[in-house]
Amino acid sequence: MFSNPDLLKFIFGRLTLESIPYHEPILVATFAAVALGGIALCAFITYMKWWGPLWNDWITSIDHKKIGIMYIILAIVMLLRGFSDAIMMRIQQAIAFNGSEGYLPPHHYDQVFTAHGVIMIFFVAMPFVTGFMNFVVPLQIGARDVSFPFLNNFSFWMTTAGAIIVMISLFVGEFARTGWLAYPPLSGVEYSPGVGVDYYIWGLQVAGVGTTLSGINLIATIVKMRAPGMSFMKMPVFTWTSLCTNILIVATFPILTATLVLLSLDRYVGTNFFTNDLGGNPMMYINLIWIWGHPEVYILILPAFGIFSEVVATFSGKRLFGYASMVYATCAIMILSYLVWLHHFFTMGSGASVNAFFGITTMIISIPTGAKIFNWLFTIYRGRVRYEVPMLWTIGFMVTFVIGGMTGVMLAVPPADFVLHNSLFLIAHFHNVIIGGVLFGLMAGVTYWYPKAFGYKLDPFWGKMSFWFWFIGFYFAFMPLYVLGLMGITRRMSQFDDPSLQIWFVIAAIGAGMIAIGILSFIIQLVVSYIKREELKDETGDPWHGRTLEWSTSSPPPEYNFAFTPVVHDHDSWYDMKNRGYARPLQGFKPIHMPKNTGTGAILAALNIALAFGLIWYMWWLVVVSFVAIIAVAIGHTFNYKRDYYIPAETVSTEEGKRTELLAKQV
Amino acid sequence: MSPIVRRLCQLSILLILPFMAGCDLVVMSPSGDIAQQQADLIVVSTVLMLLIIVPVLFLTLYFAWHYRHSNTKAKYDPEWHHSTRLEVVIWSAPLAIIIALGAITWISTHKLDPFRPLDRIDAERTIPEGTKPLEVEVVALDWKWLFFYPEYGVATVNEMAAPVDRPITFKITSSSVMNSFYVPALAGMIYAMPGMETKLHAVINKEGVFDGLSSNYSGPGFSHMRFKFHSLNEQGFDGWIAQVKQNGTALNRDAYLKLEKPSEKEPVRYYATVEDGLYRAILNVCATPGKMCMDEMMHIDMMGGAGLESHENRDRLKYDGGPIDINLRGHGEEHSAVEPAAGSQSTKNMPAEGMSHGNHSMQGMDMAKGDASEAPKTN
Repeated sequence: MFSNPDLLKFIFGRLTLESIPYHEPILVATFAAVALGGIALCAFITYMKWWGPLWNDWITSIDHKKIGIMYIILAIVMLLRGFSDAIMMRIQQAIAFNGSEGYLPPHHYDQVFTAHGVIMIFFVAMPFVTGFMNFVVPLQIGARDVSFPFLNNFSFWMTTAGAIIVMISLFVGEFARTGWLAYPPLSGVEYSPGVGVDYYIWGLQVAGVGTTLSGINLIATIVKMRAPGMSFMKMPVFTWTSLCTNILIVATFPILTATLVLLSLDRYVGTNFFTNDLGGNPMMYINLIWIWGHPEVYILILPAFGIFSEVVATFSGKRLFGYASMVYATCAIMILSYLVWLHHFFTMGSGASVNAFFGITTMIISIPTGAKIFNWLFTIYRGRVRYEVPMLWTIGFMVTFVIGGMTGVMLAVPPADFVLHNSLFLIAHFHNVIIGGVLFGLMAGVTYWYPKAFGYKLDPFWGKMSFWFWFIGFYFAFMPLYVLGLMGITRRMSQFDDPSLQIWFVIAAIGAGMIAIGILSFIIQLVVSYIKREELKDETGDPWHGRTLEWSTSSPPPEYNFAFTPVVHDHDSWYDMKNRGYARPLQGFKPIHMPKNTGTGAILAALNIALAFGLIWYMWWLVVVSFVAIIAVAIGHTFNYKRDYYIPAETVSTEEGKRTELLAKQV
Repeated sequence: MSPIVRRLCQLSILLILPFMAGCDLVVMSPSGDIAQQQADLIVVSTVLMLLIIVPVLFLTLYFAWHYRHSNTKAKYDPEWHHSTRLEVVIWSAPLAIIIALGAITWISTHKLDPFRPLDRIDAERTIPEGTKPLEVEVVALDWKWLFFYPEYGVATVNEMAAPVDRPITFKITSSSVMNSFYVPALAGMIYAMPGMETKLHAVINKEGVFDGLSSNYSGPGFSHMRFKFHSLNEQGFDGWIAQVKQNGTALNRDAYLKLEKPSEKEPVRYYATVEDGLYRAILNVCATPGKMCMDEMMHIDMMGGAGLESHENRDRLKYDGGPIDINLRGHGEEHSAVEPAAGSQSTKNMPAEGMSHGNHSMQGMDMAKGDASEAPKTN
């Protein structure tokens, strides 16, 4: 029966034994490590009898706090993958000189740089940012959950499904060899007939559903669920930046989806949107993908700006300078980010007026961004700065980010861009703003909100280690790339002829090694802090003398966040409440109406992985079966009427009683 | 920009990066006038921005140090959060710099537009009357560069030469995927795209051998898609042309179709003769016999389309290969589809008048010059 080739093809599509890269030692070793780690993890969970709690309390959870934490765990796991790609590239470029081909042939190297970009943007930065918005925003606005809790769970699992699809490509088949934005015609079926680009398309499409829905969810939450008294101009700045980011998500991710749909139509059914044939136009793809791609950069950086605004005010012990101008700057950046996409391809040959227009709009963005930097600066002014770890990340950011901003404006001058585009100068620039801006912000955020999420602070020693290794490592890794860019060296090269360049790549590789120690320190920090959790315990719920409402709850907050919805009178509501001698209500608790957990989100996402896998490998039966199943499960879910429950007043009363005792101990 | 700026540039490199004295920053000290102006622009914009970056860096470090928690002497004012005067400054200072930079951007973008013919040889010299620019037609192939010299009737692969101080007009296209034509010492890069033509006007002012490369990733052979750019004096250039004529073979369609197939680390090749209209055929994606040229298709479209008969042209418009049979493609044989699709010739010819109009650029790439959006001339 299995000798029948037609049947085999029907079952497996184009998947054959040759698609498994068992001849690549690096991948076999990785697979072995992942498999062993996975088995060990499963065994441990079984031994601890954690499968039940894992399913009931986490996977099916619709609690925004748990979903936020899961987003961040996903981001950290994917950071390890994305960073492995980075260090592989740095080693390859440091040794591939004097005729040596290095250890990665182009076939592998080209997948590595594509995967690095895709993973770092879509599966590290995006889930990290979304995780923070999920965890923090409802607490900051005094809400008990997001507007659509089930949708939130579904969004998370769709994002995870996208990440899993990309990870499968490591061991079954291959990933795209096109660069992270998969420009056609190279990504068309004529020039990339393999499964790599299909993994790329379906990984992003599945994750894109999650991102878009979570954007809708958070906009609704921020607009409709703010505590009484919290007008827009009294919202915490992080909530403001989250609002702007989610508006950007909802407005731009559909463009990405549509663009990838057109590309997949070209690849699957023979249309000619972006082909060389029959009147197709690849330039259209490049415009469309960057109309999404540029706002995407601001989707990442705006929440990081929000985190810095919270951190700088808290640790300077002072209200944020220029709140209104901060808000206007955020909104200005949000709007302007739509008007600059063409600066990613000045060199495609638009006319001088078009290039100049987009160059100038790009520069204009630096005005509100500069205003923000000044606002943080004058928040520190006349403050009393406590150098806890989040503040170190913030100062590190302010120093690093202005350099990245400066090189960014240089790239915005079209004639200068003609010599710097696609060079390592460009690579250094965007890592300068994404590491120095987004990543530093996220790390500050982790340290800042960790006690809120888990009830104990992170160990400061390992936090400082992590900061200094990241900070110095960043300069070692990327300053040489600025120099190389000015030497006319371009990106995505796997081998070099000129031996005098090698020293710079070696320095960059050393920098990457330092960053590796920074990441390792962060992991150690998590472990050490867990071990020392009694010592680092936060019983007040307000370990940093915070200013916004999340610090008014216990750490970790109860499932229902707030026993009574707080009433807001001023900016920095919690600081204001503390000043006015706010007294926690101790009685009169009422039953709290809460949404109920459901497994539908995880099931739908799993079916989407099957659907994508079928589409990638042309297993059409699997496509049909999983598509029908998705529709059936989705319809089935609408008949689930057990969606909510009440937390009884007694439970609330007990919970709040415990907190009262803890607080009493503090005095 | 002026020699003062150039001096400033050298000074700043000396000051900021003394340890880099030994390395060759070709982007900052190039050998062509266009690249030199682009380098000056980098310096001017950097200096303008340093006006604001340096104070910000200084204030950040100073405030961070001065207002530390342990410094109880520093003034602490927890309620201070607004100052209209400061707000005006922090918005208007960056604005002023961006206005200056915006003006520079608008002017320089027009002046250094790669589609714009040159008006000078370098900062001191204008172009002498009657100078005819050297025309070079560039084709990015997988993964090598093909250069046509229409004035001399020769072509080369992976090596090009140009006389010093003579303006060069590049016409650039690609055979399959996107690449980018970049000689850092000469001028900025411009994309090379199939079925389209971009242009670059530049001039080289110093003799020497410079690197040229593709700066846009185009597949597995991309890292070696490099060539040497020889900048020669008049005699040297004539000698080079003579050498190409003497040692070269003939470049006809067959030879081109063989050359076009993907290959890596291709050696330098010379072609003493070039088949007429080959570059135009490549540009219009019809070097393969039987394919319809894009300008012909555009002409038909301009005339209102070919109606129901147009489906007969379909095969002639599939430039990249045969019908898309996805099941036949295995894993890893990326470029098998690029081979010329023999046997797909259409038997029916199109009206002849479409074939003969001139060498105009495709698909609006010349928007700035306005010579692409014109209707194709019919005779």
